[in-house]
Amino acid sequence: MAEIKSVIGTQNKKGQTYTDAWKLLNEAPRTPSFFTGSEVIKEAIRRASCDVMIAYPITPQSEAAALIGELFAEGYVGDYFRGESEFAVMSQCAGAAFGGARVFTTTAGPGTMRAMENFPMWAGARLPIQMIVTCRGINSPLSIQPDTLEIAYLLNTGMLVWHAETAQDFFDWILKGYMVSEEPDVHLPLALCCDGFFVTHTKDVVNLTPADMCLPPYDPYRSPVPCMDMECPPVRMMRDPFVMKSNYISYATHASWQQEIWAAVERSRKHSIHWLNGLIDTENTDADIMIVSSGTAVSQGREAIRMLEDEGVRCGLVKVKTLRPWPEEEIREATKNAKHIFVPEFNVTGWLAKEIRATIPNPHRVHAGPHVCGGMTMPPEIIVSEIKTALGMKTLSLAGRGS
Amino acid sequence: MSKERIQISEALYDIMPSDYQDLVKSATYGKEDRGWKDIGTSKELIEQHSLCAGCPESMAFRYILASLPNPEDTVMVGSTGCTSLVFPMVAVHNIHSLFGNQNAIASGLKRALSVRFPDRVKDVVVLAGDGATVDIGLDMTLQAWFRQEKFTTICFDNELYANTGGQESGLMQKGFVAKMAPVGKLFDKVRLPEIARESGCHYVVNCTVSKPSLVEKVIRNAVHIAREIGPTYLQLYTPCILEIGKNSMEGLQEMRDSEKPAERFAYKEYISEPAKQLLTELAAKDKERKAAAKQLAAQAQAN
Ligand SMILES: Cc1ncc(C[n+]2csc(CCOP(=O)(O)OP(=O)(O)O)c2C)c(N)n1
Ligand code: SF4
Repeated sequence: MAEIKSVIGTQNKKGQTYTDAWKLLNEAPRTPSFFTGSEVIKEAIRRASCDVMIAYPITPQSEAAALIGELFAEGYVGDYFRGESEFAVMSQCAGAAFGGARVFTTTAGPGTMRAMENFPMWAGARLPIQMIVTCRGINSPLSIQPDTLEIAYLLNTGMLVWHAETAQDFFDWILKGYMVSEEPDVHLPLALCCDGFFVTHTKDVVNLTPADMCLPPYDPYRSPVPCMDMECPPVRMMRDPFVMKSNYISYATHASWQQEIWAAVERSRKHSIHWLNGLIDTENTDADIMIVSSGTAVSQGREAIRMLEDEGVRCGLVKVKTLRPWPEEEIREATKNAKHIFVPEFNVTGWLAKEIRATIPNPHRVHAGPHVCGGMTMPPEIIVSEIKTALGMKTLSLAGRGS
Repeated sequence: MSKERIQISEALYDIMPSDYQDLVKSATYGKEDRGWKDIGTSKELIEQHSLCAGCPESMAFRYILASLPNPEDTVMVGSTGCTSLVFPMVAVHNIHSLFGNQNAIASGLKRALSVRFPDRVKDVVVLAGDGATVDIGLDMTLQAWFRQEKFTTICFDNELYANTGGQESGLMQKGFVAKMAPVGKLFDKVRLPEIARESGCHYVVNCTVSKPSLVEKVIRNAVHIAREIGPTYLQLYTPCILEIGKNSMEGLQEMRDSEKPAERFAYKEYISEPAKQLLTELAAKDKERKAAAKQLAAQAQAN
């Protein structure tokens, strides 16, 4: 075997220095910058040493995908093109990842659904592709506003699923995401979700790492499955193909492989804890009332907590950062004192509340809601109102306000 | 892959599977003049298969694998269908993912290999059934050609969906009564070779696999042209003897019958101008190389 030399400290063809990821993210100087979420995606990818990015427009991710095209024109991304549909794009991403590239793509709502067959395939093939999902409505009648229903479908694909609250989360998690998903004992795709528009189209102060430092490149030979580049000896994989063989070995192989994918999701837990500083963030976990939430509903929950405090009601918060791996123990622990658990969500079905109910003892404590859907904003007042109603407190009727 | 990579350490030789030992000892990786005549004399890149006995797809697979100009650096992409039963037993890297997305997979793959190995040749060859190529995957087939992706697409045209039990496909002949075509297929066989030409393919061939030397020629041309110039397309008749009610010995005759001058699989070839030029250059180089080898051999004998 040829000696493998570290590239840390050397420069890529754009003059960026390959930097140890931990140092880049935790020790490198940060510059505050005022950017939209889409621009932040571009800035993260500038520093991500991506080989291939494949794009297809769908609101609200189109701008991010186009901005990465600019990065390609500037020479920061190895290859970039527009595919013919999301189904094709996700297949093209798969091809590039099979060929040993670090791959990035973005999509939203209906695009995610059109591409859906690819995601369990990505996970099954152990392809550490990173996909940003800028959530939006998926049902008829048409909506382009944020709604998080597509996340519910992603949860069972075998992908890692993280839900960013802010543009700062986005910047850091894109880079950290590659570090977790490319670990040999994980090696799974990552869906990094955010609530479209609220994160992609608003400007925020984001602390960026230096633009002349970037992640070390992906090493496809650390993959737990062979890279499809004919650089290692090909073997006939099997004497008999597994498909169509109604025998025990075939069933057992499929079953154990599926279990291995979910075991890999579990193994990502320790890496995610390391990079994200825990799978959840908490405030006031000794309070009787807790808000448990993910995405921008967390920000609204924080505001509701401040408003409730003004009225003398003490309330705690759990920000769920990773949906897969699911922070089961952490949520149990953080909610063990709570008599009431409220789960505000930007969707009609309440998939997060269902997950939490399935996780904790005494699940009747969970109040699924409030829900806003179809792209509506979630005023903190409705969280306050939901909580006060449940506690039997007098609350203003929101519908009557301003009349 | 350099041929050295598949060498086995002496110390481990006897514990390697014999299948693998044979591949290392006598496969045709790294041989410039490999071809269908190697079949039966050297270790093949495919041996067993689990297709129906006598299925012409199995013949086609053998000829194609024997004819790849650069198997040590070729990656194949397949699709769901009868072919996906064979790929697990093929000794070049191959990808099966979903049904119909083979040209999208190959697009990403070829680009990744070009980014990672800018100074080396890595060929990509797609091989899928007619349902995958012309029906469910048609947009991805065509768009790869529009984008001028540099790989070869091979369609095993058995004029129906074999793997799911003989349903109508776009390449089925008009009038053929099949499952899901209860009163006979209502529209003509899709003219994909013509569409391929119009969509930007630089080399298009429509033929059967009855003659191994012909398959060898078209495969080599298609791979070389795809490598240097742009997309190439081969549509090969591999009749599904099971679904058209033929015996295992009748596949060859079925192909011969359908390649007669007025028939659907009469040999048709299209070569773009730049591709013609490339083939002429390659032929000249080949001639030179063979002449030099002959001279060397003659010298060696004289010494
Ligand atoms: C999305 C999807 N739809 C349908 C199928 C079922 N399916 C499996 S193989 C096949 C037909 C394959 O036909 P073709 O591509 O012509 O290949 P052949 O089996 O004839 O060689 C179908 C419809 C599938 N696997 N995936
Ligand atoms: S079903 Fe038809 S195409 Fe498939 S292996 Fe059998 S004969 Fe060949």
